Amino acid sequence: MTELLPSELVRDDCVHTALYKDPEIFEQEIDRIFNRTWVWVAHDSELPNPGDYVTTHVGRQPVIVNRDKQGEVRVMLNRCRHRGATICEKRKGNAPGFVCPYHAWTYGQDGALKGLPLPKGYKDFDKADYGLVTLRVESYNGLIFATFNEDAAPLDEFLGRAKPWIDLFMKQGGGYPIKTMGEHKFTFPGNWKIQLENTTDAYHFPVVHKSFLTSLDGDTSELFSFMKAGGYVEDLDNGHSVMVMIPELVDLEENLDEPIPDRFAELAEDLRQDHSEDEVRKIVRAVTGTGFNVNLFPNLACSMAFFRVLRPLAVDETEIRHIAIGMDGGPDAANRARLRLHEHFQGPMGFGTPDDAEAWERVQRGSEAGEDQMWIMLNRGEDKTESNAGDVTAETGMRAAYQMWKRMMTV
Amino acid sequence: MTNILQTALGPLVEFVWMEADLLDAKRYAEWLALWADDGKYVIPIDQDTESFEDSLNFAYDDATMRDMRVRRLSSGQSMSASHAAQTVRTVSRFVRLPDSARGDARLRCAQHLVEYKFDRHRHYVANVEWTIRSDGDKFEIVEKVVRLVNSEDALAGMSYLL
Repeated sequence: MTELLPSELVRDDCVHTALYKDPEIFEQEIDRIFNRTWVWVAHDSELPNPGDYVTTHVGRQPVIVNRDKQGEVRVMLNRCRHRGATICEKRKGNAPGFVCPYHAWTYGQDGALKGLPLPKGYKDFDKADYGLVTLRVESYNGLIFATFNEDAAPLDEFLGRAKPWIDLFMKQGGGYPIKTMGEHKFTFPGNWKIQLENTTDAYHFPVVHKSFLTSLDGDTSELFSFMKAGGYVEDLDNGHSVMVMIPELVDLEENLDEPIPDRFAELAEDLRQDHSEDEVRKIVRAVTGTGFNVNLFPNLACSMAFFRVLRPLAVDETEIRHIAIGMDGGPDAANRARLRLHEHFQGPMGFGTPDDAEAWERVQRGSEAGEDQMWIMLNRGEDKTESNAGDVTAETGMRAAYQMWKRMMTV
Repeated sequence: MTNILQTALGPLVEFVWMEADLLDAKRYAEWLALWADDGKYVIPIDQDTESFEDSLNFAYDDATMRDMRVRRLSSGQSMSASHAAQTVRTVSRFVRLPDSARGDARLRCAQHLVEYKFDRHRHYVANVEWTIRSDGDKFEIVEKVVRLVNSEDALAGMSYLL
């Protein structure tokens, strides 16, 4: 569609509208980004036991993520080597291996082809050559990533300066490990990068989410009035960024001696029956999550109190998962509070998500106007640097993501 | 003494139809008045769960949350609700279930809802379970559980009530 090269479509302060609507660009993104870089696939807590598995996607490709008998996590293409059928259609479960339902080719937890009916029908056939295709897998602080790219830099290096923020995010276990607690999954008819931008976009919050803010009690509403509260957005390299909206909720293990807010008085009282005062304070402070979003290019955000995962389905269709997280082994009362907070904002019937989805769809629809003359503005606000306090409404995170996009698309 | 409202299906069906009509017409204030004070409006994700409180749901609303939800939809502050999809729902295949321990009537029905917005129709199909209390000459909703057949799949933003 567009005559411009990927390197010309992204400038320092704007991107071309073709990035939202050109099917050829979308195909290149699948090849050059999702099939080349680290893509988040699961959280450790989804695979607590040997044999546990979940099915998901890396870009458009269906994969199985499982934990084998030795405890090693593997990511394998969900495709029988024989005729291509998916070998597992359940979302999650526990299995000693996988049997293709079409001709009963049988694979072990490690993906090795264990057996097949009537093997004598093949000549010069070595089962060792026909295991499931496995991806490279590495993890950081419970976050499991996979890539098709054997030459990709180690995950540790890829995450780089985002790692301390991931560590801070995981403190919302309140002294317990983090666990996933279900998810809201929805699609919107728009390009995946519209969503990617949104998790670093504080500017929209008081506008799009006015009806959510109005529904909050006074104290919570105060917390979300972060437009002038000293927040900022920082480029963390490799397309990653952090948006700090509520600076006092960056480190959940600090300020534990501050008074417990009235709205959590009942929860605190409940917790005191089984927990010390120190534990109660830690749990209560962690119950609403952190005050920041860490965006990890290209598909994960550790967003305040949940994981946001995006999956590109087509140039104008994207799937989003909002995965609830809680305290693994933590008090039921705290986890229930977290579930109710998640339901309040997230999901297709939440007080926030439907308005986000509407805004994103409007971007996709509006982008049909202007043909090749129009660009999407990304020039708002100042970046956080060593010498600059930054601005919470700065479009720094979007600029960071698009520079990474440009780097990957022009290789 | 047996209360006629607790045994006959007909009046219960009429009540559910009336509720459906109120929701399609977005007459939310009148809808709120149908509820018992301790009523729960639940739209679960997990297909089989009965433990709604300990699960993630699309909605798990007590009276306060229902009030807030209706205020949001009616406020004019929500861009998706300000021009919400039009909905038409068909409610049928009613079956009486055993009464609750408290003696409230329970029933299950099928619901097929079609929404229309942005030149597009979307369908949501659900089994709906009701617990309905008869209080003198009127009914009130004790529990409404909307079990979408595709609750574990990707849905889309909904700025109306199921």
